[in-house]
Amino acid sequence: MTEEPLLRVSALSKFYGSRVGCDNVSFDLWPGEVLAVVGESGSGKTTLLNCLSTRLLPSSGTASYRMRDGQFRELYRMSEAERRFLMRTDWGFVHQNPADGLRMTVSAGANVGERLMAVGDRHYGKIRATAVDWLSRVEIEQDRIDDEPRAFSGGMRQRLQIARNLVTGPRLVFMDEPTGGLDVSVQARLLDLLRGLVTDLGLAAIVVTHDLAVARLLSQRMMVMKDGRVVESGLTDRVLDDPRAPYTQLLVSSILQV
Amino acid sequence: MTDIATYNFAYLDEQTKRMIRRAILKGIAIPGYQVPFASREMPMPYGWGTGGVQVTASIIGPDDVLKVIDQGADDTTNAVSIRAFFKKVANVAVTTDTASATIIQTRHRIPEHPLTAGQVLVYQVPIPEPLRFLEPRETETRKMHALEEYGLMHVKLYEDIAKHGRIATTYAYPVKVEGRYVMDPSPTPKFDNPKMHRSPALQLFGAGREKRIYAVPPFTDVVSLDFEDHPFEVQTFDQPCALCAAENVYLDEVILDDHGGHMFVCSDTDHCEKRREEGHRGHLAPEMMEPAQ
Repeated sequence: MTEEPLLRVSALSKFYGSRVGCDNVSFDLWPGEVLAVVGESGSGKTTLLNCLSTRLLPSSGTASYRMRDGQFRELYRMSEAERRFLMRTDWGFVHQNPADGLRMTVSAGANVGERLMAVGDRHYGKIRATAVDWLSRVEIEQDRIDDEPRAFSGGMRQRLQIARNLVTGPRLVFMDEPTGGLDVSVQARLLDLLRGLVTDLGLAAIVVTHDLAVARLLSQRMMVMKDGRVVESGLTDRVLDDPRAPYTQLLVSSILQV
Repeated sequence: MTDIATYNFAYLDEQTKRMIRRAILKGIAIPGYQVPFASREMPMPYGWGTGGVQVTASIIGPDDVLKVIDQGADDTTNAVSIRAFFKKVANVAVTTDTASATIIQTRHRIPEHPLTAGQVLVYQVPIPEPLRFLEPRETETRKMHALEEYGLMHVKLYEDIAKHGRIATTYAYPVKVEGRYVMDPSPTPKFDNPKMHRSPALQLFGAGREKRIYAVPPFTDVVSLDFEDHPFEVQTFDQPCALCAAENVYLDEVILDDHGGHMFVCSDTDHCEKRREEGHRGHLAPEMMEPAQ
């Protein structure tokens, strides 16, 4: 563990008019750490994620990110060009619906290669070799490289989206319900894959999910949100095994047992 | 004079010409940038060159000599009509000779005869946005231009190579202008792209339906996008023009009969005629010329 966090979030709030999106959220995220944000729908998880990834601007509060040169930069004071550059190089965003994160009408190889071309890679052979490598890392057959994601199953699309995000070697990945809408066996494989990649690459990740099992498998630390506020946070195992806030106790006891 | 008195000089009213000239000047100041302008209704349908006609109408003066080409030809409907239009509404001299024209309005070709300083080439542009088929949102493409995010353009070329083994885009081949804006050179064949690079002529682009004007000033760098291992190359033809035997020119395929007979001839009719006057003869020239004579 390095001495400094990767992301420092302080008193972040987002209001939609008089409605609360998320209220007064503060935390630090360390390099290589996976933080799960859990809570029921409408609890402000996705608003928080969108604010952190600068897809939304918060009403108040700050978030600073440690750039590759070691300097902290205040996210909401960066120019749009800088933020978008960060988004496609040092960050990744995995959408719940892969169609939102993929270009459905271009081939899988081009989907993976787009970020490389966006940062100035101009050698077709190298781009393609990288795409092949990443497809195999996310367990997509190499002969599917020229197929459009439209021809892929839900699980494959999600894996392709992950490859597309990781190809530039980001340090921080945002995930919004990465296993939502997938059946349990596909979910299990995807989680296994994600866990492997996160460990191998030393990625930091913020995973928004309503599924406590996903949080348990992927994350080291978790925050429980309710009505836009963080009601409890701590090590994942501690929160799940020994929930303290009444809401967390309710949430944990609501898990269906098979 | 009396029959043109019913029209303002060059059809458009002075305020409109002023507005278009301002857009042109802005376009020249920012090479390759698409300047929005208040495109007018013209007495012709969209897609027939309303953008080009408005640009030409705004820059033409009584002393200008106008040439209009359509796919390189001076004698097709569109070219003949636009030439007749300006003859009527501006009473200007018209020509088919590339060298003596001061303004050349073109649809999809750059003349073979090298352009010189002082000439203006006006392109009719159907879709000015090179990123359009990759990103349908105008708000997003404008942002991409503003932030110089052109990775997507290479995605298109990547797709070509992945599907066809080479860059299969043959027209509207994207270029980067003066190292900054990526621009659609209108649907000219990529054969003509190298002619745009550091051309001594001023190049103006008008898209009437899309309401955009852009420009490439004289002696501006125009570089076709490519990959290091798949460099840009122009079309080549394995036979010369069937009428004038010209090589290294852009050829059109002309169907001769219902039995698969065809020939390849210069797409630039003025160039082809000049060469035949100089005595060049292609292998199909005598038979083809006799009925005409």
